[in-house]
Amino acid sequence: MTREMTGAEMVIQAMADQGVKHLFGYPGGAVLPIYDAIFAQKEVQHILVRHEQGAVHAAEGYARSTGKVGCVLVTSGPGATNAVTGLTDALCDSIPLVCITGQVPTHLIGNDAFQECDTVGITRPCTKHNYLVKRIEDLPRILHEAFHIASSGRPGPVVVDIPKDIQFAKGVYSKPKEFPHTGYKPKLKGDLEAIKAAVELMTHAKRPLFYTGGGVINSGKNASALLRELVKLTGFPITSTLMGLGAFPAADPQWMGMLGMHGTLEANMAMHDCDVMVCIGARFDDRITGRVDAFSPGSKKIHVDIDASSINKNIKVDIPIVGDCAHVLEDMVRLWRTQAKQADKKSMGDWWKQIDKWRARKSLAYRASNEVIKPQYAIQRLYELTKDKDTYITTEVGQHQMWAAQFYHFQEPNRWMTSGGLGTMGYGLPASVGVQLAHPKSLVIDIAGEASVQMTMQELSTAVQYRLPIKIFILNNGYMGMVRQWQELLHGSRYSESYSEALPDFVKLAEAMHAVGIRCEKPGDLDHAIKDMIAVDRPVLFDCVVDKVENCFPMIPSGKAHNEMILGDSGVSLDDAITEEGKMLV
Amino acid sequence: MNANVPSSTSHYPTAPTAQRDVTHTLSVLVDNEPGVLARVIGLFSGRGYNIESLTVSETEHAKHLSLITVVTTGTPMVIEQIKNQLDRLVPVHRVVDMTLSGRSIERELAMVKVRGKGDNRVEALRLADAFRARVIDATTESFVFEITGKSDKIEQFVALMLPLGLVEVSRTGIAAIARGPEGM
Ligand SMILES: Cc1cc2nc3c(=O)[nH]c(=O)nc-3n(C[C@H](O)[C@H](O)[C@H](O)COP(=O)(O)OP(=O)(O)OC[C@H]3O[C@@H](n4cnc5c(N)ncnc54)[C@H](O)[C@@H]3O)c2cc1C
Ligand SMILES: Cc1ncc(C[n+]2csc(CCOP(=O)(O)OP(=O)(O)O)c2C)c(N)n1
Ligand SMILES: [Mg+2]
Repeated sequence: MTREMTGAEMVIQAMADQGVKHLFGYPGGAVLPIYDAIFAQKEVQHILVRHEQGAVHAAEGYARSTGKVGCVLVTSGPGATNAVTGLTDALCDSIPLVCITGQVPTHLIGNDAFQECDTVGITRPCTKHNYLVKRIEDLPRILHEAFHIASSGRPGPVVVDIPKDIQFAKGVYSKPKEFPHTGYKPKLKGDLEAIKAAVELMTHAKRPLFYTGGGVINSGKNASALLRELVKLTGFPITSTLMGLGAFPAADPQWMGMLGMHGTLEANMAMHDCDVMVCIGARFDDRITGRVDAFSPGSKKIHVDIDASSINKNIKVDIPIVGDCAHVLEDMVRLWRTQAKQADKKSMGDWWKQIDKWRARKSLAYRASNEVIKPQYAIQRLYELTKDKDTYITTEVGQHQMWAAQFYHFQEPNRWMTSGGLGTMGYGLPASVGVQLAHPKSLVIDIAGEASVQMTMQELSTAVQYRLPIKIFILNNGYMGMVRQWQELLHGSRYSESYSEALPDFVKLAEAMHAVGIRCEKPGDLDHAIKDMIAVDRPVLFDCVVDKVENCFPMIPSGKAHNEMILGDSGVSLDDAITEEGKMLV
Repeated sequence: MNANVPSSTSHYPTAPTAQRDVTHTLSVLVDNEPGVLARVIGLFSGRGYNIESLTVSETEHAKHLSLITVVTTGTPMVIEQIKNQLDRLVPVHRVVDMTLSGRSIERELAMVKVRGKGDNRVEALRLADAFRARVIDATTESFVFEITGKSDKIEQFVALMLPLGLVEVSRTGIAAIARGPEGM
């Protein structure tokens, strides 16, 4: 369609042409023409948040749970700067977003005009790409290019900064067929010779494993299906990062649980002792590797990643394969099948026996209680009572996030939304708003901490306004628990400023915001209270009062190797468990 | 596996096996659009990479392309990172490691101002001649020399001018191109 229209109309038209249904935003002087364009149409529904950071996290939740691009609209100056945390979060976790920011008129740029800030300068390091639009002729191309760049290759956030005069200017709009950016061509197919070498290595492995990550989720549902097929065919054990949970079903016997700092003993020990590591769409983050020089010392490593800069960044690998997970997995499955290769049965048997020994240590075990609600127990009950429903989980950041990862088991991709790379407290509540919009009939739960939830609490109003029945399940331990745990382990139990003083009465707060408040303090009441929460068709703030001083185990102290984990009930004196160097790494 | 079980390795992380720093010259072909230099420089400063020399200029006006030549140092692993990080910037078309190809020519131009009288002035002229530096400005008490060559040649020339009355030096930074008939 080619038509004359204003720049503001082009913004909304381009979104409509990209199939965008929801746009998260907050108005202001520099975007008023775009708000006029929103007013005049019905295709793109605007969701009014309460803070621009919330808009970005909501768009992230929307994107992660659907695989589509999330859209944000904010004004110049403070609108743009408020969005920066969300943009950085999306960059760290490879979430596709398009964020439109208003800018002062072109002739005022650089003049310290009212609500001016150097948006492209500020967002350059926290976006995959960004644009300042200076000519109306460029706008249609840039808008569509923004969607293309956000969603292809390694996904990420893209900012389009549009001065107000460009929004008013008239131009000819059409959807471009191709993009002149010849420099940008993500590689999807992996090098076949490298893939053959990888499959060859895998067939001769004696102690192999799959280490998978967020890239499998990014790659789409087909990648998860192919991963399942390959894992079945090979019979290898599999673990995943925090970001990759759900790509492989947790109920499967080949699943070892999450790896890394708070991963299971079996996953981390297997990483340490394996002879062939098949890394698919994960980036050897420091929460995974621990001590780099002691990381899986005896293994040959295969690394599949769409971003060449993720390969050989922290850990040197033997077979690098640059490509999209689904494409490479497809080749691997085909090669494995056609060569009718079988893994060495005897060695695999021994390897599984070893893994079962580690499993028998039950590294996630905790001391149950009839007096107080153990946070792990709360997540276990939440899981049992919601697992048969169509459920999506978001989280804030802290201990509750780790317990959610350990005790809530995901069988499908795109069901788990968490801030992994940046670790942004305040992510989960607005993210759940975005998820619920995308999946209006589903059960959407934000597993929260009492400190995190206060960072973006105001978005509960957004949920109320749009009748989004999100459930905010607060594990209220009265502490910034993750900070308190580190202070206990690293700083001689000096609990400096980590106590959550002067907490609101969450039940009354919920009621004041026209939501539903529920409090539960006894393990015996928990099931009933959770059922009540699920039954309510309105937003619920659930204040689950849990053990104040529970620590999250297992834990690989920073600066330690995988085989130097601390287990919860091992009764180790924790004081001298961490080196000075470890303190630096936290 | 708990902390009381003695581990086979030391309690303290051993220092990473020391890789020696190497210097590489990278040719980066980019879209000639606003902000592209800021992206490249921001990448280097943000990730803590070194820039020894940087030159930028338009190469083909019609194609809106510019060439950035950057000389950088780091361990081989860091150099590989730098190339991959540059490559993933959207306006970057190609990154060529001129040092790896081993077939590149590198040149730099410098303008060198020297002030002096008598013997120093004569000596400066004599040396300039030996280095094939041209006089591009002169007064009764000064010269500006133009010299082109590899960086070490320029550095040598500048060092020789120092005792003869060196006032200042303006250098372009390094431009590089591959030998032979093929283009980038
Ligand atoms: C308090 C806290 C504790 C944490 N503890 C742990 C922990 O114990 N264990 C843990 O695992 N994490 C933990 N994390 C998360 C951790 O910080 C990292 O975010 C996470 O480990 C990174 O996951 P990933 O390697 O899957 O990479 P992601 O960030 O998901 O990156 C994905 C990788 O896949 C690539 N990719 C993207 N798309 C594709 C595609 N289509 N095809 C191929 N490749 C693609 C990308 O280039 C990238 O390299 C913790 C976070 C917090 C806040
Ligand atoms: C915006 C932000 N500020 C600070 C931190 C550092 N931080 C990590 S976890 C944490 C405490 C979280 O407390 P709470 O939400 O109560 O969760 P808990 O650990 O108690 O489960 C803090 C302060 C962070 N991750 N994000
Ligand atoms: Mg807490």
